[in-house]
Amino acid sequence: MTMETKPAEAGVKDWKHDYDIFAREYIKDPFPIWDEIREECPMASTERWGGSFMPTRYEDLFDIAKNIQTYSSRDVLVSSVMPAPDQERETPTEEEQELIQQYNVGAPPITSDPPVHTWARKLLLKPFSVTSVAKYEQETRELCNELIDAVIKNGRADGAVDYAQQIPPRVIASMLGIPKEEAATFTEWVRGFLELGLTNPELREQSARSIFEYMIAQVALRKENPGDDLISYLLNEKVDGEPVPEPHVVGTCFLLMVAGIDTTWSSIGSAIWHLAQRPDHRKELIENPELIDNAVEELLRAYSPVTMARYVAEDTEYKGCPMSEGSKVLMNFPAANRDPRVFEHPEEVDLHREKNPHIAFGVGIHRCAGSNLARMEMKVSIQEWLKRIPDYKLEAPEAVTWAGGQVRGPRTMGVVFPS
Amino acid sequence: MTTKKVHVDSEKCQGHNRCYAMAPGMFKVDDEGYATPRGDGALADQKAIDLAQRAVDNCPEKAIFITEE
Repeated sequence: MTMETKPAEAGVKDWKHDYDIFAREYIKDPFPIWDEIREECPMASTERWGGSFMPTRYEDLFDIAKNIQTYSSRDVLVSSVMPAPDQERETPTEEEQELIQQYNVGAPPITSDPPVHTWARKLLLKPFSVTSVAKYEQETRELCNELIDAVIKNGRADGAVDYAQQIPPRVIASMLGIPKEEAATFTEWVRGFLELGLTNPELREQSARSIFEYMIAQVALRKENPGDDLISYLLNEKVDGEPVPEPHVVGTCFLLMVAGIDTTWSSIGSAIWHLAQRPDHRKELIENPELIDNAVEELLRAYSPVTMARYVAEDTEYKGCPMSEGSKVLMNFPAANRDPRVFEHPEEVDLHREKNPHIAFGVGIHRCAGSNLARMEMKVSIQEWLKRIPDYKLEAPEAVTWAGGQVRGPRTMGVVFPS
Repeated sequence: MTTKKVHVDSEKCQGHNRCYAMAPGMFKVDDEGYATPRGDGALADQKAIDLAQRAVDNCPEKAIFITEE
């Protein structure tokens, strides 16, 4: 790997007024940092990447997520900086420029505000309902087992690279009717866009273009040859009696790929990481299989992967904190999910937790549309792993690497088990 | 005797499906994931009341509430 997220060159001295989501210590262990911010200055700020604010208390996340007039979703990335004009880069051809212009629709509905958000979201809810995603459960189980077959004799595996990372891209590919063999390519693009690209604008743009071009081609294929897949479904749907505009379908497919891959992979990875260190929790889940749903919710709470941003659409003040138009708010749902005002002993992972209104999937109108799919994938991947590899541990806990920025999860995680 | 009933505020529900998963049989969800109580939401016994309370406690949108009539 040649492109790692660059650690901050100057260390962070003041997390409350100069936070850095790319700093090495933040990526590795953000929890004490969040605890400090939450208690001492619950809305942190930074001048990095053009300036942003970071709420950490549950109540504040809840309020801000609900105020969609002031906190727009038009830009959900905190550091979406464009390359400097003098930077040497490949100039897109005229044809490419036209294409980019035409498809400059963002990734609806995550980047939409009402009224577009309302119909764009409605389109997605049905194919991602509990009953719709249940259709993919059996193939997800088979996929998990194939992945385990490949490593089980070795007595060693990388729980992130060999397992967690492989599952969501294949499930999404299957839903979109795309060959699963191409999943590795998507994974690279998605990492280029969301993870490595956050500190490398050129890679980010290149990756976005690759995904767009691929999706444009897939949409064209589906128009000629419709099938029983999500792209064909979107092309068939009507909004106000008219077919969904094609660029919108492309933008939504872009979203499904970008949002549905490294997020769930991070959650699965964190679950495998947690269970590697907790033989008592593994034992409980094996002896008490009906505990799985509650366990998934608790793991989502304790290791929420996603921190989306909002764009401040008008000068405002939140609880005495002035924010000017154009600044960003980093929606730290993961920190809210460890707020002791709402969760008893939030630092403890309690698989039996009874009161768990976590907001790992956000709250309000942008509640993750893929939450049912994510839950299904987490549940199945944990179940199948524990069935085949009930006894395992981290090979070297210190060697585990994590992705930071706006999606957090393990990226390399050696585990060992009796072969 | 008073009757306790469970309700879902449809303005607040965002289709997280937590109540549906947590209290099977007590709620139904439509194609888009929005929840409503099954029947009139009447909670027949303490077991049902406890289950409804768990749905209240776990709803991220604070959309579920219990009334006493």
